[in-house]
Amino acid sequence: MTQPMIEATGLTKHYGETHALAGIDLTVPRGTVLGVLGPNGAGKTTAVRILTTLATPDSGSARVAGFDVVSEADQVRRNIGVTAQDATLDEALSGRQNLVMVGELSGLRRSAAKTRAAELLERFTLSEAADRVLRTYSGGMRRRLDLAAGLVTQPPVLFLDEPTTGLDPTSRVRMWDIVRDLVADGTTLLLTTQYLDEADALADRIVVIDHGRVIANGTASELKAATGGARLEVTLTKPHEAAVGALRLLTEGEIDVSADGRLLRASVRSGSGVATAVIRALDTAGVVVDDVAVHPPSLDDVFFALTGSPATEAAPAADDLEGVA
Amino acid sequence: MSVATLAVETRPPATYGKLQRAVRDIVVLTRRNVVHIAREPLQLSDATVQPVLFTLLFIYVFGSGVPIAHGSYKDFALAGLIALNLTTSAMGTAVGLSSDLNTGVIDRFRTLPMWGAAVLVGRSLSDVLSAALCITMVAMTGLAIGWRPDASALSIVGGFAIPLLFAYALSWACACLGLVSKGPESAQGIGLIFLFPMAIVSNAMVPTQGMPAWLATVANWNPVSSVTAAARDLLGNPNPSAAIHTWPMQHPVAASLVWSAAIIAVFAPLATALYRRRTTG
Repeated sequence: MTQPMIEATGLTKHYGETHALAGIDLTVPRGTVLGVLGPNGAGKTTAVRILTTLATPDSGSARVAGFDVVSEADQVRRNIGVTAQDATLDEALSGRQNLVMVGELSGLRRSAAKTRAAELLERFTLSEAADRVLRTYSGGMRRRLDLAAGLVTQPPVLFLDEPTTGLDPTSRVRMWDIVRDLVADGTTLLLTTQYLDEADALADRIVVIDHGRVIANGTASELKAATGGARLEVTLTKPHEAAVGALRLLTEGEIDVSADGRLLRASVRSGSGVATAVIRALDTAGVVVDDVAVHPPSLDDVFFALTGSPATEAAPAADDLEGVA
Repeated sequence: MSVATLAVETRPPATYGKLQRAVRDIVVLTRRNVVHIAREPLQLSDATVQPVLFTLLFIYVFGSGVPIAHGSYKDFALAGLIALNLTTSAMGTAVGLSSDLNTGVIDRFRTLPMWGAAVLVGRSLSDVLSAALCITMVAMTGLAIGWRPDASALSIVGGFAIPLLFAYALSWACACLGLVSKGPESAQGIGLIFLFPMAIVSNAMVPTQGMPAWLATVANWNPVSSVTAAARDLLGNPNPSAAIHTWPMQHPVAASLVWSAAIIAVFAPLATALYRRRTTG
């Protein structure tokens, strides 16, 4: 197998008393997308800062595009594009001036930097606003320009730190399309996100981190399968007292019955033949069924199962986590 | 169109040497800062409106009350106004650098394969350009209201070059202030506390002979006084400090050069170290 484009081993980093990273391993093969998923403060940005040479790890090591992020930082910088979570462009310059500046600082001649800036502005539908000062840009426009700035030298490895946080739904979908195009072009991508649907939609593999540790690692479907627990919804033609008893052997935990007694909800082990088994059991008990639905677990369910707290809320206290970490 | 489709070569030519890259980076960042100065009304006013205003105010208000032996206040004051304006507007370095550090733009620079210290060097060079503009504004205003230099062309150039060199040196000191301050506002506040007394407790606007002895001693050793006296001598304007028997007032050109060199020697490496410390984590 060829060398991975991003490879981190045992990265730790603390800021004062806070252990931002408590030993992280990451591997991203060439041309694939790794989604790094975690709540605010999980250590995602710290990991990205180390991999993009903005911070040095306390221990552990990382190589990007084959170069060590500490001892070969300059080589790493020649091979990466970065779109940070906070805007990193010059508010007092126009969009075009920003891209030309980034191009020149990346080593392009001024003429080449100008041509490339015009291409990217066109590509990201910013041509009309190209000569306006950045201050006048909307949030979505800034993000697109920030992403464009990361692509000026067409780097083989790209880091996107929460590329859609704070964007309206339209801008978000547009950003997803841009990212998909990049991936189609063969770029290796590390993407951090708080949004489970985003990781699900864009990433080949997902690493879930919390409190500076990797708590799960796999494809979206592997993570869902590992959590088990698909959601079962059964709609009866009319309420039937035998229904709950018939389902009990197949489900896990409480069975929730709606007020009118027709809708039953419960967790089931996901696996082949679940729906058939449910219908057979209910039929045997003489219950007539209108509808059966088995929903595979969402990444939200996965996150909840792993950390004991919803992904969108603040991370739990450290001692809640001993069991999972 | 695919993002990968490139009409241009996006890899830097391998022939670029390290030095050539560094020079290019400095040029790019200097240009960027000049655009800032042109677009920020406050920074632009420091280099354009303020020099004109100070020149007119000082010459017409102070000129009536400060007698100058062997010459007019106008001819006396001009070199002092150059030094005063350059000293007070040196704060721009601290404010500009502090603003950059408080946004993500430095992080962007640091992910690029550029020479890191170009951020500082570019800043100090754009400040020299703005200082040159400031000197021009003072001189033009002076000429318009009757100030005249009285020396050879070469000497007059020297009379402007010495304050410019001092402004460059001062920008490194102010860079350090910008690097240790929390934000642009505090950089401005702290800068004013140092720079304003430095500009005023000097021979720039009044001869030091009238000051209490202890204050006169401070003023005579103030680098701003050396620079002002040197500029007066070189521009052929009245320089009452020539009668003062302290080394810097007897050798103002040498003193100005020594002061500027010493300030650069101390603060340029310090600024580089502070910048490195502030941007590594």
